[in-house]
Order: sequence, then C-alpha cells, then structure tokens
Amino acid sequence: MQFWIVQTLNSLSLGGLLFLLASGFSLIFGLMRLANLTHGAFFMVGAYFGAVALRTFDGLNFWVAAVGSGILVAAIGGLFERLVLRRLTTNPLGQVLVTLGMSFIIADACLVTWGGDPIPVPTPSYLQAPTRVFGFAFPTYRLVVVVCALVVAFALYLMLEYTRIGAMIRAGVDDRQMARAIGIPVSKLFTGVFCLGAGIAGAGGVLGGPVLSAYPGLDADMLPLALIVVILGGVGSLLGAFVGSFIIGFIYTFGTALFPDLAYIILFLPMIIVIAFRPRGLFGRLST
Amino acid sequence: MAISRRTFVKGVSAAALSSPASPLLANAQGGDPIRIGLLAAKTGPLASGGIDMERAMQLFLRDRANMIAGHPIELTTLDTAGVPATARTKAQELIEKNKIHCLIGPLAAFEALAIADYVTQSQTPTIGVAAAEDMTQRQINPWFVRATATSAQCAYPLAEYVAKELKYGKIVTVADDFAYGHEMCAGFQRVFEDNGGKIIQKLFPPLTAPDYGSYVAQIKNADAIFLGTAGSNGFRFLRQFIEYGLKDKLAVIGGMTALDESVLRNMGDEALGILTTSWYSAELDNPSNRIFAPAFRKEYKYDPGYYAASTYVCAEVLEAALKSINGKLDDKKALMDALHGIKVDTARGPVAFDDHGDVVGDCYIRKVTRKEGRLVNSVIKTYPNVSQFWTYDKAEFLKNPVYSRDFPPARNLEN
Repeated sequence: MQFWIVQTLNSLSLGGLLFLLASGFSLIFGLMRLANLTHGAFFMVGAYFGAVALRTFDGLNFWVAAVGSGILVAAIGGLFERLVLRRLTTNPLGQVLVTLGMSFIIADACLVTWGGDPIPVPTPSYLQAPTRVFGFAFPTYRLVVVVCALVVAFALYLMLEYTRIGAMIRAGVDDRQMARAIGIPVSKLFTGVFCLGAGIAGAGGVLGGPVLSAYPGLDADMLPLALIVVILGGVGSLLGAFVGSFIIGFIYTFGTALFPDLAYIILFLPMIIVIAFRPRGLFGRLST
Repeated sequence: MAISRRTFVKGVSAAALSSPASPLLANAQGGDPIRIGLLAAKTGPLASGGIDMERAMQLFLRDRANMIAGHPIELTTLDTAGVPATARTKAQELIEKNKIHCLIGPLAAFEALAIADYVTQSQTPTIGVAAAEDMTQRQINPWFVRATATSAQCAYPLAEYVAKELKYGKIVTVADDFAYGHEMCAGFQRVFEDNGGKIIQKLFPPLTAPDYGSYVAQIKNADAIFLGTAGSNGFRFLRQFIEYGLKDKLAVIGGMTALDESVLRNMGDEALGILTTSWYSAELDNPSNRIFAPAFRKEYKYDPGYYAASTYVCAEVLEAALKSINGKLDDKKALMDALHGIKVDTARGPVAFDDHGDVVGDCYIRKVTRKEGRLVNSVIKTYPNVSQFWTYDKAEFLKNPVYSRDFPPARNLEN
C-alpha cells in the first residue's frame, strides 16, 4: 500500500516538474510552429541563475530567485527571438537548426562560467523536513512542486481563456494568416509568447532545482522530456501539456519501479503509440 | 558598442588560432624534448574531471620547471569532449602530428576502449585512468598501464570493512547503469557476500535519470546503501535520499567516485559521516601529497579529487620510469618495460604494477568530516597493496566472466 501511495505522489511531483518544463515549449510550438530546441538550455540556465544567486546572496528568498531567474531567461529569449529567429521566419528548418545551435552555445557558456561540477539549489529551509503522509515520510518540497505547477497552469489558463492577449494567441494558434489579416500584431505576439515560454522554463529550472540541481547536461536531459510531453499531449494545447505531463510522470515512475529493465524505453513507448494512432496528440488541434 | 561583422570574425579567428593545443614551450637548455600527450574531456558532461586532469598536469610540470630526467617537456592537451569517436581522432592527432612519446588519459572507459587498438598498433606507451576491468584482465594491452584502480579494486576493501568491522548484514546497492557501475557493484557484492553479508537489492538507474524519486522510494530496509555512482549523479541521488528522510534509517557508503572532493565542495552537513573508499584522499599524509594537495588548493581554491590526483600520479609514475631509463626515448619498448617494473612513492602512496599492467597499491576507507570549515575525506583505515584480484587466486579469477549486472549472480535479493 505504501508503495502505491508514495509512487503516486512521486508521479504527481514529476508530472508537476514536467509541466513547468513543457508548458512554455507547447505555447511556443503552438503559436510559432517552432520546435524550440533551446528550451532545455533555457531550463538549465534558469537553474544556474537561481543556484548561483542563492549561493551568492545570503538570505535571498527562494521564490524571488525563481521569478527573477525567469525574468532574466525571458529577456534572453526575447533577444534571441528578435535578433536571430526573426530573420528566419520563412525558413522553418533554419529556425530549428538555429535553436539547436543556440542550445549548444548556452550549454558551453554555462560550462565555462560555472564549471563542470553540479551546483545545488537549496530547498527553502521551512520545506526541508519531510511531510508525514499516512504515517510515512514524503519530501515536502515535492508536494510544493505540484502546487507550483497547478498555479502556473491555472494562471496560463486564465490568461489564454479570459484576456484579450489570450484570445489573440488562440487566434494565432488556430489560423495565423487570418489573425494577421484582421489586425492582430502577430509579430509582437510572437516575441511576447517566446519570452513567456522561455521565462516559464527559466523559473521552472529554479523550481526544479532542489530536486535536479544545476549541472552540465541538464539541458540535454530535459529537452527530450519536453518533446515527449508535447507530442503526447498535442501541440499548442495547454490542457494537452498538462495532462501529458502527468501521464508521463505516472508512466515513468511506475514503469521504472515495476519494470526496471524497461527504464530506457518506457518514456518513448506512449509517444510512439500516440504518433502512430493519433498524430495530433491527445488534445492537439493541429497535426504535428 | 556596435561590433561589426568583420571585427567579430577577426576576434573569433584570433581566439581560434590561439587556443588549440599550443604546447607549453620547452626550455631551451637540456636534452631532446620529451613530448607528452594528455587526453582530457574538457567540455561535455565529463568536463569537471577533464579540467582537473589538465590542471594537475600543469601543476606537476610547473613544480619541475618543465624538466623531467634532464629533458624539457612538451605537453599537449587535447579535448575529447567525453566522446569516444573524438577521443580516437585526438589520439591520432597526438600520435601522428605531435609525435608524442607517451600518452596520459583518457578519463572514461568508453573513450579508452575506443583508442585501445590504435594505441597498440602505434605502440604508444599509455598511462590510463579508465577503470574498465578487462583492459588489465582478459584483454590485456602491452602498451597500457593503469595507476589508479579498476572499477572494483577499491570496492573490495570497503566490502570487507563493512562486513567485518561494522558488522553490516544487509546492503542495498545503487549504481549508474553502465559498465563502471555494474563492475563496481559486482566486486562489492562478491567480497561482501563472501564475508557473510547479503545484497538484498540492486538498483541501476539510467545515467541520465531525470528524477531518482521512484528509485529512492523502492529502497528496502537494510543496514546500509552502497553508492556506485560517478560525476554529479551520486550527489543528486544523495540529496533526494535525504529528502525522503532515509538517512536516519540506512547508513550510506560509497565507491571511489561517489563522494569525490569535487562533489563534496558543493555539499553541506548532510554528507558528514559517510564512508567511501578510494585509492586517494586529499587528506593523505605522504611526502608527495604534502606538496601536491596544498599547492593545488592554493592555486585553484579547492581540494584535488579523483581526477586531479589520477593525472598527478600518472605523471609521477612516468617521471620515475623516464628517470630509470635516463630519458632515452628511442626505444618505446624500454619505456614500457620500465613502467611495468617500477616501484615509486606517489601522492597516493606506493605504486607498483602487476604483470597485467594494473596497479598494486594502497586503498583507503575514508569518512566525510569537517576540517577548517570545509568537508574532507578523512582516512580512517588503510588497506595496503590491494590488487585488482583482491585475495582471490588470479587464474581462478580470470576463468570467470568479467563482472556485469548479472555476474556474480545475486542470490540474496528480497522481493
């Protein structure tokens, strides 16, 4: 019994972490039709910003570090979109290659700046003690990650469904040409959404930090997970990213616990099945 | 400031011209230069270790004013990026373009295996760091010696120590899912079970596991958990292990790379009291390490660990061999024979090689303590002259298949 409860909580916390990673990726993919392969690097550089800030400034609030780091990464994302991606709008393949190249550049810059050793992101002290759930210990911070994911999901939902900008983004996702034709400033919208996506990834890096730490290679570890979640859930769909994250969280956790020999393929099986039988993903409105 | 494209291109090409592999210029006086190649992964996931390797080598040469056995040294360091194919290309560059007399490195077993054939074919004396068991057991290479340890070599004494002195009865092993982790766990299990202990669970998370939560939650009730991890993985695993409140229930012990000095400096009090085993500790008190460790700490502001020490020890071994042949390098075979026959006191203690090219040297049981504000691996027990075959008969040992996930079979797993 304990096994099932603890692993369920584990699945939820991994799902929350994946949502923080994948929601930005999904937003960008949905609006800009751009598989932003820099996303893992944004996540990593966010984790580094947070880890270094918390190490350098004693007493810095963890949540301030997360938000600040998100803003910094959003700014980097905005510059990248304006200065580089913008020039390649008519060349989707070029865009993908440039984002991949950019991820290498960011990864190497991190290595040069912060060296090859892992840097821990400290868990806020009031969340360090394990919580007792039905008589056994579970790390409190992991539960908080789930709450963070829910908060971000809810905020994004409100923005997309109930604000003017959200309506514009939805219009852009559904029909970019028509949105432009009726006067929606698609160009500014692109930059804004790219910043937002990068920013969520950057803040997610800090929020995931107490579990993952900041280390070289974090980007490459995370990017495939973002791709899997988005392909499973469906591109451009917030609900898809949300459900996809938790499905992957459950599959990965129970898969590695119950069938350890399948640890390497367990993540890719659901993705292959979805691509084969439902190419647009579970909730996608677009065909991948 | 506006940077025109042309200045940018100029800047980049200037940087490109100045950076690659400019050998430390040799002193004008002295005999013919001795050319040493160092293969180190300075970028990519193994970068931390590779950078330490280069730093230790530079320190070693600086202390000797770039002269060994009366000859000036030309050191060329090339970056393998931790990729086997790149290691092969760079080894070729060192041997054919730089015409090195001797090669040190590379760091990872898969890199070493990628260059093994080439090293033999080009007859280049190689002092390796990679731990793959069979490189000095069932597939020995006459041009390769290893001054550090095989994957399992340091796990043997720890297994005996915890079984006999700490009376642990049940242990869970957790190791990275690649040959190094498999071999280390297998060696640990063999000696631990031969001393009456039981390995009740073996977990092998993938090298790039994003989250150890699902593994930590499975750990069964035992006396201790053995960590056979490398790089940042042990560090990340341990943090999650503590998060789950398990540190009060199970003791933590680890292999030679689990709580390396390079990882310790980013840890806190949670690491205190953990036992690990290695052929080195920055705390070792011997004449060579009394020079090396403080010098390294002074120069780079942190303690040397596994990778820094490995290169330094390789360099000391090479120095002793070169001295014994008076720096005569026309005959590569003579250098190799000298290496095989050597007995030298290094930063890790006395080093000699068995006839398979692997080191016979001391292993240390170390405990994490706090000293002058930083965490260190204090030596609590020394096992002298540990061989890669431990106390087993060599011929019998070599009849078995190489250690793996399934050999020796685990007979005491609990379900």
